[in-house]
Amino acid sequence: MPDSATAIEFVNVSYSIAGNRTLISDLNLSIRRGETLMLLGRSGSGKTTTLRLINRLLEHSAGQVLVDGRSTSEWDAIQLRRHIGYAIQETGLFPPYTVSKNVALVPRLEHWDEARTAGRVKEVLQLVGLPYEQFAPRYPDQLSGGQRQRVGLARALAADPLILLMDEPFGALDPITRAELQHEFLELKKKLSKTVVFVTHDVAEALMLGDRIALMDSGALKGVFAPAEFLRSTDSSVAPYIAAFRARQKILDSGA
Amino acid sequence: MSLPDFFIAHKSEVLTLTGEHLWLVGISMLLAVAIGVPLGILLSRRPAWKSLVLGGSNVMQTIPSLALFGLLLPVPWIGARADRLAILALTMYALLPVVRNTYVGIAGVDAPVRDAAIGMGLTPRQLLWQVELPLASNVIVAGIRTATVITVGVATIAAAVGAGGLGEFIFRGLAMVDNNVILAGAIPAALMALSADLLLALIQRTLVRTHH
Repeated sequence: MPDSATAIEFVNVSYSIAGNRTLISDLNLSIRRGETLMLLGRSGSGKTTTLRLINRLLEHSAGQVLVDGRSTSEWDAIQLRRHIGYAIQETGLFPPYTVSKNVALVPRLEHWDEARTAGRVKEVLQLVGLPYEQFAPRYPDQLSGGQRQRVGLARALAADPLILLMDEPFGALDPITRAELQHEFLELKKKLSKTVVFVTHDVAEALMLGDRIALMDSGALKGVFAPAEFLRSTDSSVAPYIAAFRARQKILDSGA
Repeated sequence: MSLPDFFIAHKSEVLTLTGEHLWLVGISMLLAVAIGVPLGILLSRRPAWKSLVLGGSNVMQTIPSLALFGLLLPVPWIGARADRLAILALTMYALLPVVRNTYVGIAGVDAPVRDAAIGMGLTPRQLLWQVELPLASNVIVAGIRTATVITVGVATIAAAVGAGGLGEFIFRGLAMVDNNVILAGAIPAALMALSADLLLALIQRTLVRTHH
């Protein structure tokens, strides 16, 4: 009987590529419904790979990945992906489509009727802080980086998925825009009770946005921590992150 | 006789040969697009075949057109009628730019765009029709443009195997050492190449959004 409090579960999951190189080894991780789980790690730690195993952009080699209690290999891959929102750093907006057509993508694929789609597009654009009348007819190359990222988020939310995967969505933004979007993400999180899996390499972002932080290193999970636990942890793999975070704090404090 | 007088005196022949030329080019281009675009799409799905197919069509292009017409002459069915032979040879020449540009256009779609499309649950067919082909269309039409201009030129050689077209005038003029006759073939052919290029350029421009 699937545990209804668990949205996503990794059971002894490994992922290897040709040549037997193992990118993820023996991952066990349970992601609760409604929580925001941050996958924190350096480049190459396997956090993006882990994310992509959830919507089957990558197929795990061993173990089981369960989404809503059902193994992803049993899901039809297309249905699984439409059931899960997906937002990435480069946004991947389609250049020949207007903002509203970009956002309407999944509803259109799911054959929503015109009125429902249009209403939903309007709703999600407002939700991410883009007035519909002003932004709907624009093209991606007429937007700033932050606006593009908002559209990417609106597109991921369009079909109202219960699960949202975000791969360093704010990574390419300037610090001010990033802070703005992080703040709005927190607001959004309160309003919509989505399960969010959020990849980041930024420890401050992980502490700020996450309900829990899953720390990854060299394809292995080093531990899962609430932000307060993370800061108190004496774990040797956490230490460098805390040191980096404290060093930054110190500079900020000394400037004040 | 001046050149305009020559055109007036041979009006109907000029029109007939221009018609034949258009027909040869039109059919060859239709075939080249019908074969080349799907082949280019296939290559984008099977990159391992890329060097074989693109290399093969490259080699084809290095065969001098006159030699290719000659080589195809003894082939059964094909060699039996001059227009079949000409169309096959012209299609072979037109194929490379179409295949290559289709492949390059699709391969050139930004990785994050493709990633997002797949991640949001587009089927492979939807990915092709709704994302890859619209984004590659500009490059694909550019390939068709190149191929069309080449084909209009090479089609003049088709007259050498009796397939007709404006090459008739050119070969006749060469034999008669009469510039007027040569130009009676060369000028309409050049105009045809230019207008085809212009027409396709317009199509290409409408495909690239002009909202700025």
